Amino acid sequence: MMEILKPVFYLLIFPGLLFTGVLGLFFMWVDRKVTALIQSRMGPPWYQCYVDIGKLLYKQVIIPAGSNRLSFVTAPLIGLAGISLAGGIIWMVNINKSVSFIGDLIVVMYLLVLPSLALIIGGAASRNPFSSVGASREMTMVFAYELPFILVIFTAVIKTRSVIFADIITYQIQNGAMFWSVSGIVAVAVFLICMLAKLCYLPFDIPEAESEIIGGTLAEYSGALLAIFKLTNAMMLLALPLFLITLFLGGIVVSSIKGILFLILKYLVILILVILVKSTHPRLRIDQALKFFLGPVLGLAIISVILTVLGV
Amino acid sequence: MFSILEKCFKKSIWVYHTNASACNGCDIEIINALTPFYDAERFGIKLVGSPRHADALLVTGAVSRQVCPRLKTLYKSVPEPKLVFAIGSCATGGGIWFDSYNLVGGVDKVIPVNFYIPGCPPRPEAILFGVAVALGLVDKKVVAEYLKEKGFPELVHERPVAESLWAK
Repeated sequence: MMEILKPVFYLLIFPGLLFTGVLGLFFMWVDRKVTALIQSRMGPPWYQCYVDIGKLLYKQVIIPAGSNRLSFVTAPLIGLAGISLAGGIIWMVNINKSVSFIGDLIVVMYLLVLPSLALIIGGAASRNPFSSVGASREMTMVFAYELPFILVIFTAVIKTRSVIFADIITYQIQNGAMFWSVSGIVAVAVFLICMLAKLCYLPFDIPEAESEIIGGTLAEYSGALLAIFKLTNAMMLLALPLFLITLFLGGIVVSSIKGILFLILKYLVILILVILVKSTHPRLRIDQALKFFLGPVLGLAIISVILTVLGV
Repeated sequence: MFSILEKCFKKSIWVYHTNASACNGCDIEIINALTPFYDAERFGIKLVGSPRHADALLVTGAVSRQVCPRLKTLYKSVPEPKLVFAIGSCATGGGIWFDSYNLVGGVDKVIPVNFYIPGCPPRPEAILFGVAVALGLVDKKVVAEYLKEKGFPELVHERPVAESLWAK
């Protein structure tokens, strides 16, 4: 009985849905507060993001006439399932290295695409021109940023010659963080840019452009289904920087207080870097974003891979 | 559990603003109220692009006949529970167009309105104050009071009229 309940507990309570969700919403508030400070205003109180989710759960869910009901309702759940599993795996391999299995890095890479996939399915199912435009833009963006994203993840794989998280973490404990090399620095830079696009943050929030295509893929979502999408985004905000820390910045050490403090420091530096870029840049056009990702960013990613193969 | 979620509603109002044949003056003031200077986000107020995400509709303008069916559709497309704010003199009662032939004259003739914020145009402070009153953040300045009829003679002479006449 316990053997069955353990994975459920891991997935739903501790490193999975609840834990990542609550922490993610807290850091979502940090994001809004820092943005407010940059714009020299007070910003929302600390409970704002929880209240937003609570309010959305309280509201009516409208399913638009003529939409595909099944895909419209299940799309947010697909995204939430993917990100809670990915968040759970990233936490668990760092806490207990023995749970790591062959290919878990590749599994996490796939699971991190699921939220974008959910947006595409939901947008296409909702039978609204704005949602359709948003879905098509999201699809284009996924094709644009996934290639450099996967390439920079492979730099870690090439260096350690393993697709197991545990090996990558132990390699970094023995040889120092992957960040302290030329290829590592380039890889982290490319990872951060791709992270902005994955989170739908401002220079690349093209699929969700609020002032342009009224929320894009989310335009027809209301109530609890919208709350699930917002929660998914908040969990991405926690899971993606942790993925970066695990791969390039020396992993997560939770056994000592010093390790936890270092983790918080690393996480906050990444978060504030992301927020600074987000709140000081205007939105790009879809063709500009495509050129940016398949031009300089892909070039940097390839350079990082070549440097890794050369051993720099 | 449900009451907690109900309380959440007042702490996070996402607004959608719409122009129902207004002269654009009130719209500029609404946008002004949402700028960093007034910082509506500290009350949890956020501007959203889609009526599906909205909790409150900010409607400006005396509704013209062309806008009328669109406004009804817009009201239907906002999920329950929802608030409607009529902003500006035209929206509250038609303003100077109260008897115009092609304007309905007031938002409340088309959709149910919860709160009125008069002014031509209302200042951004007035809009924020109105929303804050609606959310229960500040007390109302004027409270509706029902006067009891005391009787005319006692008010004037402190004695019944007949008695004062006889005293002379």
